[in-house]
Amino acid sequence: MEQLYRRYGKGLTFMIVSLTAFWLLVLVILPDFKLLEASFRPYLPVVDIGGPKDTYSLGNYAQILGNPVDFSSFGLSFQIPARVKVFVLTIIYSGMVTLIAFLLAYPLCFYLAKVVSNRSLPTLFLLLFVPLWVSEVLRSFAWFIIMTLKGPLNAILMALGAIEKEIRWVDGYSPVVVTLVYAYVLFMVFPIYNSMQSLDNNQLEAAEDLGAPWWRVHWRIVLPHSKPGIASGSVMVFMLSAGSLLVPAIINSTTGNWFTQTIQGIMLEGQDWNTGAAFAFMLLLFCTVAVIAAMRLFRVSLSDIAR
Amino acid sequence: MSAGIELDNVCCDFDSFRAVDHVNVTIQPGEFFSFLGPSGCGKTTILRMISGFTDPTKGVIRIGGEDVLGQRPNQRPTALIFQNLALFPLMPIWENISFGLEVRGVDKATRRRKAEELLALVDLPDSADKMVSQLSGGQKQRVAIARALAVEPAVMLLDEPLSALDLKLRQHMRAELRAIQKRTGVTFIYITHDQGEALAMSDRVGVMSQGRLQQVSNPREIYNNPVNGFVASFVGENNIMVGEIGTRADGVAAFSTALGPFRARIAEGVTTGKLYVRPEFMTLSDKPGAENSVPVTLSEVAFEGNFISVHAVTEGGTTLMAEIRNDGTGALPQTGAAMHMAFDAKNAAILPDANVTRA
Repeated sequence: MEQLYRRYGKGLTFMIVSLTAFWLLVLVILPDFKLLEASFRPYLPVVDIGGPKDTYSLGNYAQILGNPVDFSSFGLSFQIPARVKVFVLTIIYSGMVTLIAFLLAYPLCFYLAKVVSNRSLPTLFLLLFVPLWVSEVLRSFAWFIIMTLKGPLNAILMALGAIEKEIRWVDGYSPVVVTLVYAYVLFMVFPIYNSMQSLDNNQLEAAEDLGAPWWRVHWRIVLPHSKPGIASGSVMVFMLSAGSLLVPAIINSTTGNWFTQTIQGIMLEGQDWNTGAAFAFMLLLFCTVAVIAAMRLFRVSLSDIAR
Repeated sequence: MSAGIELDNVCCDFDSFRAVDHVNVTIQPGEFFSFLGPSGCGKTTILRMISGFTDPTKGVIRIGGEDVLGQRPNQRPTALIFQNLALFPLMPIWENISFGLEVRGVDKATRRRKAEELLALVDLPDSADKMVSQLSGGQKQRVAIARALAVEPAVMLLDEPLSALDLKLRQHMRAELRAIQKRTGVTFIYITHDQGEALAMSDRVGVMSQGRLQQVSNPREIYNNPVNGFVASFVGENNIMVGEIGTRADGVAAFSTALGPFRARIAEGVTTGKLYVRPEFMTLSDKPGAENSVPVTLSEVAFEGNFISVHAVTEGGTTLMAEIRNDGTGALPQTGAAMHMAFDAKNAAILPDANVTRA
């Protein structure tokens, strides 16, 4: 603050601080509080708002438990509320997106950070960045087109003789997962690359010199060293995936609903902001709990992520 | 168990640059051998070739008589101590030390016991559960040595491991390293640009320049009888004079320079070269000596305690150095005094330039 004042003087410092405060307070915190408050109140006709029926309750939150459907998994069939099912699957598949993104990013990052020569690094990074120049909407559409019934993926596979008949790729959760991985994998790559880059090459050589095969060098040296990067990358990819509306909406796999689509339906089509807000906060709460649990499991602290 | 090492006509090229040029040397089992040279002379490349991180372009490396070409570093009976030590900061000390054993599938209790034994060997007990960041520079040094010893290597390779330490600690660790080497009997190959370190610790020293091994001998021989100008001027100080070789007899030749005629030792077959004489063999006197004497004006006199360092300028403007032993009685020579510097022919040598012809 003092530094800012010394560098920019009174007027500019005031402007910078007040604009940041305005953005945080008015555009982020206040609307969130308004939604949080609304989530505890019933959805009422305008005339009843502020009336005797307008009392705080957990009714909106309880709505997630309605409308049971059949669900079978691992050979077990049971009844589960439809929205809970979508909720749980969203969390599970977001975790899967995170895992796949990690499996793709880890070898790539190791290659970029430790194998490739400094000379070709800018080119490789450019190649990684180029897709980001195109908007997420277009990239998701591109995947949708690739995976459609008469799309290029089926055409190529048919031409190669690998399949007899077109496969319906846009079905279930896999197209959503594929597109989400593609959309967010770079959020995994950069933090991991950053943490791997700071690993001293001599440590790799020292471990090998002491007799370690390559996999043990990774398990004992590279992986522990990159843990903070993996953690922050995973948190970002998981949160972005679970909260993504655009990708599942564009892919629009009828059997692969995302919980954000449920929220959108309630808020926009149903005009019921109160219930929508309640669901959104449940998603936020549960994702936070999931992240904290994962951090506990892998023994990562918050300060590791902030590095 | 220790093994000898043979380097047989070893070369190493990086693109068009020849980093190591036809190096031939046989290192005995249990020997403390140092490669000494300025940075960029190829000594680290030699170490990396022995440990297996770099492959020689030409030539054969044998460890314990066996050609090791194609063996990865994790298959060779060598252990390398890196310049920056490369300890694993995320493991406690005992896991660092026993990492090599963990790799070999030794069970945890044995590993722990072995790590504590090694910590005792390097004089660092009660540190097993500390983290690397809790140790001082000298302690990290010992941990690195213990970690390398844990895998019971036949050959220990040390890449300037003392360069990061302060002077006092460095001198202490020299003695320590030497003692550990004697205790374990492992062959030590030591890389350094510090001549004092090389001379004080080694059984033999190989002096390198521009990828070539200039001289391999025991430290006394390297200092007293350098084979060429590079070795003479890299190891210790020298006054160097340019001139022409004249008549020679009994291994002593006349050498005419701009400062006057001198006489100095010369080896068979040396036809061109410069005259080298160390400052401690220079004498300072009021009267001219019988031979090898030059009139000078003293330009700088520094009292160093055990000796007096004198810089003097000749009429022609050449600077000569002398180190006069402090006998505890004599008065200091005065700056600006006109005196005579002289040396004995048996303490001076006419040496050819370094052997750096690139093949």
